[in-house]
Amino acid sequence: MADLYQTQRAMRNMRRAALQRGVIGILDIGTSKIACLVLRFDGTGTFRETDGVGPMAGQVNFRVIGAASTRSRGMRRGQIETMAETERAIRTVVAAAQKLAGVRIDHVIACLSGGSPSSYGLAGEIDLAAGKVAEHDVAQVLAACEAPDFGRGREVLHAQPVNFAVDNRSSLADPRDHVGNKLFCDMHVLTVDGDVMGNLVQCIRRCDLELAGIASAPYASARASLVEDEQELGAACIDFGGGGTGVSIFIKKHMIFSDHVPIGGNLITQDIAQGLRVPLPVAERLKTVSGGVEATGQDDREMIDVGGNTGDWETDRRSVSRADVIGVMRPRVEEILENAREVLDAAGFDYMPSQQIVLTGGGSQIPGLDGLAARILGPNIRCGRPLRIDGLAHELTDPSFSSAVGLSLFAAHPQDEWWDFEMPADNYPGRSFRRAYRWFKNNW
Amino acid sequence: MSVVIDHRPGKQTNPDPVKPRRDPAPSRLKYRLERMWLKPLYRRTLRVGLPAFLIAMVAGIWLSDEDRRAILKDGVTSVVTQIQSREEFQVHSMTIEGASPVVERAVQGMLPVDLPASSFDINLPALRIQVMQLDAVESIDLRVKPGGVLSAVVKERVPAILWRRTRGIEILDRGGHRVASVTSREVRPELPLISGDGADLVTEEALNLFDAAGPILPRVRGLVRRSERRWDLVLDHGQTIMLPAKGAVVALEAAIALDRAEDLLARDITTVDLRDPSRPVMRLGLDARNTIRDARSLPVLGPDGNPVDDKT
Repeated sequence: MADLYQTQRAMRNMRRAALQRGVIGILDIGTSKIACLVLRFDGTGTFRETDGVGPMAGQVNFRVIGAASTRSRGMRRGQIETMAETERAIRTVVAAAQKLAGVRIDHVIACLSGGSPSSYGLAGEIDLAAGKVAEHDVAQVLAACEAPDFGRGREVLHAQPVNFAVDNRSSLADPRDHVGNKLFCDMHVLTVDGDVMGNLVQCIRRCDLELAGIASAPYASARASLVEDEQELGAACIDFGGGGTGVSIFIKKHMIFSDHVPIGGNLITQDIAQGLRVPLPVAERLKTVSGGVEATGQDDREMIDVGGNTGDWETDRRSVSRADVIGVMRPRVEEILENAREVLDAAGFDYMPSQQIVLTGGGSQIPGLDGLAARILGPNIRCGRPLRIDGLAHELTDPSFSSAVGLSLFAAHPQDEWWDFEMPADNYPGRSFRRAYRWFKNNW
Repeated sequence: MSVVIDHRPGKQTNPDPVKPRRDPAPSRLKYRLERMWLKPLYRRTLRVGLPAFLIAMVAGIWLSDEDRRAILKDGVTSVVTQIQSREEFQVHSMTIEGASPVVERAVQGMLPVDLPASSFDINLPALRIQVMQLDAVESIDLRVKPGGVLSAVVKERVPAILWRRTRGIEILDRGGHRVASVTSREVRPELPLISGDGADLVTEEALNLFDAAGPILPRVRGLVRRSERRWDLVLDHGQTIMLPAKGAVVALEAAIALDRAEDLLARDITTVDLRDPSRPVMRLGLDARNTIRDARSLPVLGPDGNPVDDKT
């Protein structure tokens, strides 16, 4: 895991350099759309009360100076399928955002929605020789977490220490200087397919951009759409994306579980196209303009011309009722929700103290979804919009941009990860000068 | 209206060629150029540096030839001359207002006589400084009025006082500036007379003293500045009132009051010494002193101030 440590540290350094330059790009590469935000970090206290943006969540030290989104290309199920197409889409959106911002972005923070993420809860413990927790003990206990075999070609995307305990005192956020004999830690590790991540990195590199960080999409959208209380008390965030549905569970401000259901909004569009025999753009339009999950009597009378370009008069003059569209959509939405339910059950969400569930992502804008979700997932449902950040245009504040906003928060205030701590001295290669230096620093 | 379609081979036109959909993505080259353009250094270089360099280079190359430089210079000069010698800028006549005939003649001699001239060639500040060298002129307002008239509004100095000095008698204005010279006192009998070194520096005070002298003014011969410090008021019959350096006017008024009460100045007193205002001192004339000495049966004094020896 040493090389992972090095690459992640390099990304952190890149992020620090970008913050020093003051401009960083946010690249949310989804299956249906790609969004790019350009953030300017210009010190603290730039928010203006008159704009209606309060000092929320301490994210006032940056401002969005350019934002653009475009249709995604070459993506399927949250993964890159055609590299060149995706690269073009990234170029489009980055060029548009740069043009709006008027500055060049060199560093981007991207998110990865697919790659079949799997999360692990690891535990580690060490004896405290000094009877007190020192800086390097924290790193040591994190290194002492016994990692299972993640499988071939898996890369660690997040490794966040969730909880520390000293002897019998648990749920410590910061164990340093605690007196005790044993130090325990719980760590949440999220691994993804290394090749998928490598493709993404390669795509971004080919656009002359430097990667300053990479986050999991469910994690990012949960950070944007869960309010602080929900993150603290425990909540699940379900991100309805185009290519898949991300599920993440937060408690005590830490993500403890994340998973991905590979059924998304694109499949609903495909269902409509197949079921009503209309082209995909028409199906997409039907879904977004007159989609829904609860049919009423009014919907039976509301006829929609679907048209067509076949040249056949009968086919081109077809019309469907809104109830038909809803009838096609509802089973698929139910399937998505049931899959999410299974994921939550597998994660043991039932045993969480709080059963709050927040729906976000573009798919959460289906009218009546919260009612349907309440029947399948549980009573405490709300549709979450991302946190308002300074300078973001109003049309970019709808739920489908929650992972982009979450990435902005991630760029501004990343949570501690395993690689933010100093590597314990024994993990350095033998006979290294740094190892000696570290040993001296820790023992004198 | 129906459209006639030509079906002959080779005559068919494809009315609607299927255009390939334009890719909205910028090409890699365009993307790179755009990003390069967003670099502040490139931007500044291309937008400011390059045009400035090109302009400087073209101008430099063009001007490197001696003939071209001469042509450019001649052209600029001829255009400037052409504009300056336009009818609208010509000055045809000159008017002088507010000057006495003598001064007017002098001013006319100083102002440029070669009219008509262009108003660009007339250097008004220099002319003004030249005219101001005349002592009789206090200020002059020189301007070119519309219609090509050079107007000079002269304000002359008002003679206020005569100053007798070794080189002659000069007329001063209230501020002590020389106005003119006169050959004798009788030329301007209406002006008061002062003398002594540094008297021209305090003409204001001298005039105040003359004003205060009111009742005895007919007897006043003039004021004499002593040691550039204080005044002596000289009256006829050889009488002198010595005034202090400070509060001279008050002291003079006190002397006049004394004269009114005691008829002081009509007596045989040569000097009223008011240099210390709290202690006025009189110096008696020879006759008065001889009268007193006579009464005291002392030997009388001769005109030289020494006692006359009766025996001789």
